Amino acid sequence: MTIPETLIEIRGLAKSYQRGGQVIPVLTDISFDIARGEFLALMGPSGSGKSTLLNCLAGIDRADAGQIVVNGQDITLLDETELAEWRSRSVGFIFQFYNLIPVLTALENVELPLLLTNLTRRERREHAESALAAVGLDDRMDHYPAQLSGGQQQRVAIARAIVTDPDILVADEPTGDLDRVSAEDILNLLDRLSSEMGKTIIMVTHDPRAAQQAHVLRNLDKGELSRVADPAGH
Amino acid sequence: MLLIRLAIRNAFRHRLRSFLTILGVMVAILAFGLLRTVIDAWYAGVEASSANRLVTRSSVSLMFSLPMAYKDKIRAVPGVTLVCQGNWFGGIYIDEKNFFANFAYEPQTLLDLYPEYVLDDPAQRSDFLRDRKGCLVGAKLAKRFGWKVGDNITLRGTIFPGDWVMTVRAIYRGARSGTDESQLFFHWAYLDETMRVNYPSRAGQVGFYMVGINDPNKAAEISRAVDAQFANSLAETLTETEKAFQMSFVSMSEAIILAIRLVSFVVVLIILAVSANTMAMSARERTGEYAVLKTLGFSARTVALLIAGEALVISLTGAGLGLVLILPCAEAFGTLMTDFFPVFAVSRETIMYGVVAGLAVGILSGIYPAIYAARVRIAVALRKVG
Ligand SMILES: Nc1ncnc2c1ncn2[C@@H]1O[C@H](COP(=O)(O)OP(=O)(O)O)[C@@H](O)[C@H]1O
Ligand SMILES: [Mg+2]
Repeated sequence: MTIPETLIEIRGLAKSYQRGGQVIPVLTDISFDIARGEFLALMGPSGSGKSTLLNCLAGIDRADAGQIVVNGQDITLLDETELAEWRSRSVGFIFQFYNLIPVLTALENVELPLLLTNLTRRERREHAESALAAVGLDDRMDHYPAQLSGGQQQRVAIARAIVTDPDILVADEPTGDLDRVSAEDILNLLDRLSSEMGKTIIMVTHDPRAAQQAHVLRNLDKGELSRVADPAGH
Repeated sequence: MLLIRLAIRNAFRHRLRSFLTILGVMVAILAFGLLRTVIDAWYAGVEASSANRLVTRSSVSLMFSLPMAYKDKIRAVPGVTLVCQGNWFGGIYIDEKNFFANFAYEPQTLLDLYPEYVLDDPAQRSDFLRDRKGCLVGAKLAKRFGWKVGDNITLRGTIFPGDWVMTVRAIYRGARSGTDESQLFFHWAYLDETMRVNYPSRAGQVGFYMVGINDPNKAAEISRAVDAQFANSLAETLTETEKAFQMSFVSMSEAIILAIRLVSFVVVLIILAVSANTMAMSARERTGEYAVLKTLGFSARTVALLIAGEALVISLTGAGLGLVLILPCAEAFGTLMTDFFPVFAVSRETIMYGVVAGLAVGILSGIYPAIYAARVRIAVALRKVG
């Protein structure tokens, strides 16, 4: 058995919020590693800080203390511009409520992140089309989000997340707003992205069935992170 | 580009809201332009005046006349090339509401002094000069009453009693767009001879003299020389440039003009406040989308430009429509107000200011939402959406 290569090292991560003069610690001294190609499920009670942790790892929120080293680079040291540039290159985002731009078609939504690359107009279109094909929506390219079901919208969001071919995918309760069948669809898709494309996936979820798909399960409670016994089949 | 498409589609996302805002900007720019045109119309007489012409009148008031004998004395002043006696006739055509300016002038010097009154047909010119009961009318006036050359018309005298019958002998058009085409001129001799018969004491009286000079730079000097001739006489004169003379009519209504000018700016300010509010509303509704764009790696500046662009799309669409409508509206308004404003034309400056006002509304109404969008903090904004 080969020792998997570490992609993300989290060391001493801490974050608290101020509310009405009171300091509320959310994360206290979190340290763990995420291997390249790992499919990690973050679980825990509501309000335990899962989203906060995910946002810090993905570079859209800042911790108070600690390091997050990705591919040898500590992203907590980057300024806003560098961080934005790093995000656009390295991370794909999948949200609970899909967060597509309602006035853009599926294809245009997927093309959006490519505006920050130096691909030509044609290349952008081709990339966006193949990303949509990869999530099985090649027949819905010109549909607006409102014309798609929740599951289809989430698949568009996944296409948008993978179109720039990032190493890391972060997903905050990606099945939280979906019916059982659509949720299964999305989980299978994420599983394929992990196994076939080698994406490193960090997924926050409440859903035990979602957690089943993951390779590694971690539980966050009262600011502390613990590893749960490997889910079945891994 | 996709981002420009996004800004345009965002602008028309709430159909009704965008439509109402665009309508508001359109009406505001239209009102702004029309009010400016009203002011321009007020100054039309001043604008149309020539630096080569002076007006000599009684120093007491325009109501007092001057002796006919002054004509040769004025003519003898160095620098003076032409002198034409004239009277404001104030005649009424059929009904008082048919108001237009009508004067008695010495016809030959009138035509020499006013090269901007163009008579295309030389036959009409000589007919007008020859017929002592002939008159010369502006093209706009002729059109208004359907007059043609050869028509007989009757003016009812107000200052000069009686019914005055005359024949339209010539029609002039203006050499420039600012030239007044709504006036009627007839022979001063007709006026004077009739008065001599009916009211002998009122014969030989001149309302004012139009004075042509050879050098506009010497206007002040020549004016002084003219007035010096008649100092300490029974009828002292006041000579000034035609521009100053016209200005003295406008200055009576300066307060009104100031008020109109003020209103024209207030209209733009109001629509600025309205569209700024609309844009702020739109920006707040899209907080989550701005957070998503930033998450994807778009800079604060790009996100700010997106909403600023949206504000520009709305205000420029409105301003464009307003400016497209201003010409037909000015035309209709001018026809309606032809008694008050013989010249009512939208100037190029007004169009330019309209564009500037539209741009200003777009930029200013976009500033606050742009700053707001640029400052959206991703994690906080996404939490609100989620
Ligand atoms: N901007 C904020 N200001 C104050 N408290 C916050 C803020 N964001 C999150 N919190 C608090 O931090 C805790 C963790 O939130 P979150 O990471 O969203 O938890 P989870 O995703 O596990 O439900 C919660 O108690 C939440 O109320
Ligand atoms: Mg959460």
